[in-house]
Amino acid sequence: MRSQPKMQNIVLDGLWGNNPIFRQILGICSALAVTNLVLNTMVMGIAVIFTTALSSLTVSALRRWTPRVIRMMIETLIIAFYVILFDQALKAYWPDMSRNLGPYVGLIITNCIIMGRAEAFANANPPGLSFIDGFFSGAGYACVLLVVSIVRELLGMGSILGIPMPFFSSALWDRWIIMVMPPGAFFTLAVICWIFRSVQAAKETQVPGGKK
Amino acid sequence: MTLSSHMIHLMVILFASIFTDNILLARFLGMCSFLAVSRQVKTAVGLGLAVVFVMTCTVALDWLAYRYILQPYQIEYFRFILFIVIIAAFVQFIEMVIERYSPVLYQNLGIFLPLITVNCAILGASLFMVIREYTLLEGIFFGLGSGIGWMLAIVAMAGIREKLTHARIPKGLQGPGITLIIAGLMALAFIGFTGVLSGG
Repeated sequence: MRSQPKMQNIVLDGLWGNNPIFRQILGICSALAVTNLVLNTMVMGIAVIFTTALSSLTVSALRRWTPRVIRMMIETLIIAFYVILFDQALKAYWPDMSRNLGPYVGLIITNCIIMGRAEAFANANPPGLSFIDGFFSGAGYACVLLVVSIVRELLGMGSILGIPMPFFSSALWDRWIIMVMPPGAFFTLAVICWIFRSVQAAKETQVPGGKK
Repeated sequence: MTLSSHMIHLMVILFASIFTDNILLARFLGMCSFLAVSRQVKTAVGLGLAVVFVMTCTVALDWLAYRYILQPYQIEYFRFILFIVIIAAFVQFIEMVIERYSPVLYQNLGIFLPLITVNCAILGASLFMVIREYTLLEGIFFGLGSGIGWMLAIVAMAGIREKLTHARIPKGLQGPGITLIIAGLMALAFIGFTGVLSGG
């Protein structure tokens, strides 16, 4: 019999050990584009967490009644349902932000992470745990993007959340405009990945075969 | 609008979506398969061609569906679901047609078709088409250009990565890390096209 995954492990795995972006570089399509400003990224992060958590919950709750052959189709529909909810709410209450994010909220549907969690975890686990798993996978993803966006906005515009930062907005700092343009996103993510992988590699050599 | 100025307008859309507004390097769409399937030029070309074809057709189909199904009933918010279903059905249909009539093409291209359903660039192109309120013809040119732009990027990347197998890369940077840096450099190069075209 398979043992139940522990709550603590799920949380840590989602945020760090098995972080979807570092481990697999999955699902960055729908979100890298909005990391030029911290505010945009925060809204996008909330959208991703909302969708992953609730769709994991729903997929898990319906798993006994879902025929296996068409489960991908049903999972897609469930995900699309939550994305539409979020998109409509954003359009109604915060139209400016909705315009800023453009098509990227809709593209959460094709974000591999959400489908991945539904397939890998929610299909075989009870709803409560699936919700936690989805929530923290989404949170791990959102955290990385938040770091990327903080670096980009700070170096490129000298501000965070539109608030000018002491040193970076002064005349001493020559703004790196390239950071708010597309190449900046690639470079920042590559460097963050590099750091993460080096830390992980160092840890794994310390404890040989310690994990898994 | 005269015929020639109309043609110029379409050409601007085409070239803008290939170069200045490349769907991959400027809009970050289709990154997953870009990172995963860019090890060899041959497979990159195959996937690229499939994307060009599917993207052009699905943008047109999605335009028709949006204009004649969603708008009359004012249910535009269903577009996410409808577009996904159209893309999946179209890919499935094409797969069957190719398998039936051209086994050679199926062997070369067939394995890439299922990958395309989950390629966010395809859905992204259709969503951009809706947001920018393109006409059908503009949409087709936009889909074609975006597909070519995506193919250009992935083939170039595969060419570079083939050479990279002999390079000494820091351990933590191997795999996705170095690919992202190269993508960044390519995006930098593509920024050089800015200003070549205006409008679009």
